[in-house]
Amino acid sequence: MSVNITLLVVMAALFAAGIYLLLERSLTRVLLGLILLANGANILLLSTGGRAGVAPLYSEDIPAGDYSDPLPQALILTSIVISFAVTSFMLGIIYRSWVLGRRDEVQDDMEDRRVASQGSFDAEDDGDVPEETTEFTPLEEAEEAPGSQNAGIIDLPADPKEPR
Amino acid sequence: MNIVSLAPLAVVLPFLGAALAFLLIRHSRSQRMVSISTLCITLVLELFLLQNAAENGATAVFIGDWMPPFGITLVVDQFSALMLVISTTVSLAVLVYATGQGIADNDEDGPISIFHPTYLILVGGVSNAFMSGDLFNLYVGFEILLTASYVLMTLGGTTQRIRAGVTYVVVSVVSSLLFLIAIGMIYAATGTINLADLAVKLGELDGSTQMMLHLMLLVAFGIKAAVFPLSFWLPDSYPTAPAPVTAVFAGLLTKVGVYAMVRTETLLFPGDRINTLLMVVAVLTMLVGILGALAQSDIKRMLSFTLVSHIGFMVFGLAISTVVGLSAAIFYVAHHITVQTSLFLVTGLIERRGGTANMDRLGGLAKLSPILAVLFFIPAMNLAGIPPFSGFLGKLGILQAGVELGTPMAYIAVAASVLTSLLTLLAIARVWNRAFWRRPEDALHPDPILLATKADGSAVRTSRRVNAEPTGRFAGRKPVNLLPRAMVGPTMGLLGVGVLLTVLAGPLFEISDNAARNMLERTDYIEAVLGEGSAP
Repeated sequence: MSVNITLLVVMAALFAAGIYLLLERSLTRVLLGLILLANGANILLLSTGGRAGVAPLYSEDIPAGDYSDPLPQALILTSIVISFAVTSFMLGIIYRSWVLGRRDEVQDDMEDRRVASQGSFDAEDDGDVPEETTEFTPLEEAEEAPGSQNAGIIDLPADPKEPR
Repeated sequence: MNIVSLAPLAVVLPFLGAALAFLLIRHSRSQRMVSISTLCITLVLELFLLQNAAENGATAVFIGDWMPPFGITLVVDQFSALMLVISTTVSLAVLVYATGQGIADNDEDGPISIFHPTYLILVGGVSNAFMSGDLFNLYVGFEILLTASYVLMTLGGTTQRIRAGVTYVVVSVVSSLLFLIAIGMIYAATGTINLADLAVKLGELDGSTQMMLHLMLLVAFGIKAAVFPLSFWLPDSYPTAPAPVTAVFAGLLTKVGVYAMVRTETLLFPGDRINTLLMVVAVLTMLVGILGALAQSDIKRMLSFTLVSHIGFMVFGLAISTVVGLSAAIFYVAHHITVQTSLFLVTGLIERRGGTANMDRLGGLAKLSPILAVLFFIPAMNLAGIPPFSGFLGKLGILQAGVELGTPMAYIAVAASVLTSLLTLLAIARVWNRAFWRRPEDALHPDPILLATKADGSAVRTSRRVNAEPTGRFAGRKPVNLLPRAMVGPTMGLLGVGVLLTVLAGPLFEISDNAARNMLERTDYIEAVLGEGSAP
């Protein structure tokens, strides 16, 4: 199989620039990076078809080896359509991100940050056990036991860990 | 006429349904009817396909009568038929759940009208990926389901979902590009992209080229299947989506990646060259995933981490690559799709009843809503692999195959699997203790809905009493039913399917045994596509 060196060089340049842009934090640049990568992949597909030949319209007096390979071009066509759809969707959410937060950047996941910064102490697992944990309250206390009935929304005790 | 010639309908029907549902976008009632009945018909068709595959093995359909390796081929064998049936069953349950949620909320939760068409396109894409007989069609199937999933992920366009959606889209696009590049390389090396044809021709390449192509495909599928270290994106993005969407993503999307990995390993690159690598990856996926799960306080995030962790079991089963191991892995995929989806659906119900999915704010649910406790308990025990549930059977099969293999790495992986199961039980028990067993008042900041009672002291059934609260989930909305039947019903149904997997484990293992045997031998698949006597 012969390979067109110009196509290879262009492909390498597109991949390099695409990956560089993909690593940026700005969403617009990430999108541009994705577009470049997609085009690099398309050129790769094109070059897998081998040497360019005549248009693949069957005619009896042309030997099979003289045609261009039509399959990679069909694949490229499909992949162009797909990357078009994805690009327009990405533009949509980048715009939405801009409308919502005036930020054109990849945002941090706050919950992830919170979990990462929390200590190994867990109030539920490691905290002091309240002195009185049973739900079976003695009869005379049952009247004023917390969680008893008739309240619409029960007020929280000031410190829920306080032994009752 | 053979039933298999109707196989393309499993892809076409959801697409037609999507088109119809899109036309009916202003008529939510008929839209629901269209999408639910479409999935019902598809499911019936797929049951016939499964029955046919169980009797006759792999069968191929050539679209437009273009003969392989040139045209598009759809192949239905035992594995893909089983995946089709399970995936459509799960999708149907989630669709009914989502519809129920829409009815109960009077569609207050965002533009739900776009949900139905997009969801059907997702289902069609998943079916296409499962049946596809060539690499590029597999790529197209992936793209269809991913593009639909981008829309579902960012449904409503809130700040959180846009943030998570951006990461998800970029990671998915990059993995798809890797897949596309791998397809280009494979075409350059062999001149074909038909899976059966590749199975014959890839073996003629020299070892290092094979290895490179193999690893490129594996990385692309590894990102989609969320295998460590390529799983970082999943726990970040899944929990922010609406509950039914997260449920169907967790059940199906990663499993399509696992399916593609199984196909690649068995059909395209047989042999055990990278099995040790796969086992190392499986062990790391299991352990890192479950340790992440233990650190979380949000139930959805915790479940996302267990999802990653349990992908490791399937990769381990695949890496053993004996009939027993592969068969158990196939069974485990079926089990995991159902159980993980039911758990996310139940979490959606917890979020509704308790006002939040954050364990620090939950409590007392076992008393407030015993039915919710049962609904959570069964799939949770199933996930942790407690006998007699299907999770136990699947894990037992994988462990048995691992011990039979008997290499040091296999023993390490067996130990890691057992440890992961125990830690899963621990993670589940933490949710159980906090959200269900303790009194609501004992939570650090209990959600007001948990403490609200009616005038006579019984627990509330609607959110009427807390709608006035300025903060919280129900603020500023009309009163909603907290546990509507239309949402509990489908959850119960899916739970029933999970239990059915246990009851029907015998016949199922028979199918998965046959599937594993045929996939390891490869002749069944290759001859179905290329004709008798073409297998090497």
